[in-house]
Amino acid sequence: MSDRPTPRPRLAVWKFASCDGCQLTLLNCEDELLELAGAVEIAYFPEATRAVVEGPYDVSLVEGSVTTPSDRERIQEVRAASRRLVTIGACATAGGIQALRNFADVEEFTSIVYAHPEYISTLDTATPISAHVPVDYELRGCPIDRAQLLEVIAAFVQRRKPRVADESVCMECKRRGTVCVTVAHGTPCLGPVTHAGCGALCPAYDRGCYGCFGPAGTANTASLAHRLVDLGMPRRDVGRVFRTFNAASPAFAEESARHLGSEQEVAR
Amino acid sequence: MADSRPVTLDLEGLQRLIDVLGEQGFTVLGPTVRSGAVVPGRVGSVADLPRGWGDRQEPGSYRLRRRDDDALFGYAADAIGWKAVLFPARELMWSGSVGPDGFDVRPGPGPSTYGEPPYAVLGIRSCDLHAVAVHDRVLAERTYADPHYAERRRDAFLVTVVCGDPSGTCFCVSMGTGPRADAGYDLALTELLDGQHRFLARAGSARGEAVLAAVDTRPAEDRDEEESEQVVAHAVAHMGRAMDTTGLRDLLYDNAEHPRWDDVASRCLSCGNCTMVCPTCFCTSVEEHTSLSGHDTEHWRIWDSCFTTDFSYLHGGSVRTSPRSRYRQWMTHKLAAWIDQFGTSGCVGCGRCLTSCPVGIDITEEVAAIRAAPGPRKEDAHATGR
Ligand code: SF4
Ligand code: SF4
Ligand code: SF4
Ligand code: SF4
Repeated sequence: MSDRPTPRPRLAVWKFASCDGCQLTLLNCEDELLELAGAVEIAYFPEATRAVVEGPYDVSLVEGSVTTPSDRERIQEVRAASRRLVTIGACATAGGIQALRNFADVEEFTSIVYAHPEYISTLDTATPISAHVPVDYELRGCPIDRAQLLEVIAAFVQRRKPRVADESVCMECKRRGTVCVTVAHGTPCLGPVTHAGCGALCPAYDRGCYGCFGPAGTANTASLAHRLVDLGMPRRDVGRVFRTFNAASPAFAEESARHLGSEQEVAR
Repeated sequence: MADSRPVTLDLEGLQRLIDVLGEQGFTVLGPTVRSGAVVPGRVGSVADLPRGWGDRQEPGSYRLRRRDDDALFGYAADAIGWKAVLFPARELMWSGSVGPDGFDVRPGPGPSTYGEPPYAVLGIRSCDLHAVAVHDRVLAERTYADPHYAERRRDAFLVTVVCGDPSGTCFCVSMGTGPRADAGYDLALTELLDGQHRFLARAGSARGEAVLAAVDTRPAEDRDEEESEQVVAHAVAHMGRAMDTTGLRDLLYDNAEHPRWDDVASRCLSCGNCTMVCPTCFCTSVEEHTSLSGHDTEHWRIWDSCFTTDFSYLHGGSVRTSPRSRYRQWMTHKLAAWIDQFGTSGCVGCGRCLTSCPVGIDITEEVAAIRAAPGPRKEDAHATGR
């Protein structure tokens, strides 16, 4: 090894349409922040520091979805300035809660919400970053999990594959020794079709999973929806449980459409 | 060793048994009620046991129910199982750091959620004892033994309790694994509820005899033994389900392309619950937890499942991409290939995979459906024991 320190990889954090919760997860890594600052140079992170280091960046973390014409341009610039681009959270990976607009008429919304809708420049849809530029890695969650974020950053710094399993929340739930809320209480739970990563947080507090990590790769939403109907859930509600933070992810969007029928129905 | 003469003990005797095990340095675990289910937990006194609780289990459903007696072991298979006690869901194998003097390795295992071994397990059912025997074969008796498992297993003190009230998903009688254990325990109890609340107890090992000698017992009378036989007969007569195992291995090998696999695949969520709760499923993966600096690492082994696509991921992709192939793999391994591999079925009839399946898929029903309309026999296909 030479004595000259290798330059730290330069990290940038970008925000699109989002609530900032995923970026805050980075700031919440209190115990690891010093180690993180030692491993990477935090070059662009308006949420934490006003210091700005010009690009290009080794790793960009992108939060939020694309909802405006200007953001549609900006994401191209971010991509061009980034060697690796990692999207974080439900907004960036699936469109987020704001993608509910994809199932409705945006002009109708703006005419009701804003006194001067003519000043609003917005797109008809909220779309994930991957709909606009190539993405190197997608980290799920609403918000993302702290430990998974650190793992993904470590993986990119160390140039290896992140250790993030594509499996159901049930797997984590059972490893944790939680009593199944569906089986033992009759509580609806999306865990069987939801991507793991949270450690099966909600069932550990006797609540059903509401799918904030989006669909697992193997999600059989139709079979689970059938079971929810059996548990007594009205069909309209079955459609709605799939229309939350990951409403626009293909697996959940298809399932909700099967129960809600026409797109306008959900808007009412 | 041959069983010693049976004795009886009352509730005070049972308390004394728990105390003696504790005094001998065991962490005593037993059935407890948590979150609406009977699950393994720490037991310090008879009061910690699920007195008066029974269960109602059907595919996809588990409910506690109040019994009309004071039975302490009046439930069937508990909701989570004992697997994690001897074979933890997450286990630190070793950790290491890069220091000035090179790479320093520290052996595992780390702390367990069940407290420090050795464990005394109170109330393990016959099906689960058979599952422990399967794990012994797989994890401890092959060329490369798992030393952490082998040590916990060697030191564990197992107190089995005969099942008196099976649930709707039990089928141990079909699998020849219950409801009464005939080996593999240190102590065997039968809970007797006629007249005085008492237990018929039998030692199955020298350690068991020594523990029993430290507890206040009385020689069993004929009446106790007769009542004990009735408990077993009642359980046999009240099995929730049955699985016909005649020629099952060949039946499944012959029917790898049966249309029933598509049917079950349409219902299966690939959630993995069945494998997680199955007391014989033993598949794991290992994870490397590396610090940001790259100087420290932890090597964890965690329960894995053939229901994930990562499980069969080789370079370039997953081998079992369809739910059909994953369910078929699970059931065919469990009920057929297991016999070629380990000389025993991988199913002990505990019923947990049925109860714990969120959509109620029933392995006995899947077998029956294939048996009802089997494909043609493939005469020469089994010689190699694929
Ligand atoms: S509680 Fe939900 S996540 Fe946990 S095992 Fe049951 S269905 Fe799966
Ligand atoms: S259990 Fe489900 S809803 Fe709850 S945090 Fe995890 S993924 Fe999100
Ligand atoms: S396959 Fe099902 S019934 Fe058989 S031992 Fe496993 S969990 Fe129990
Ligand atoms: S059989 Fe049931 S428990 Fe097993 S993976 Fe399929 S849906 Fe999940």
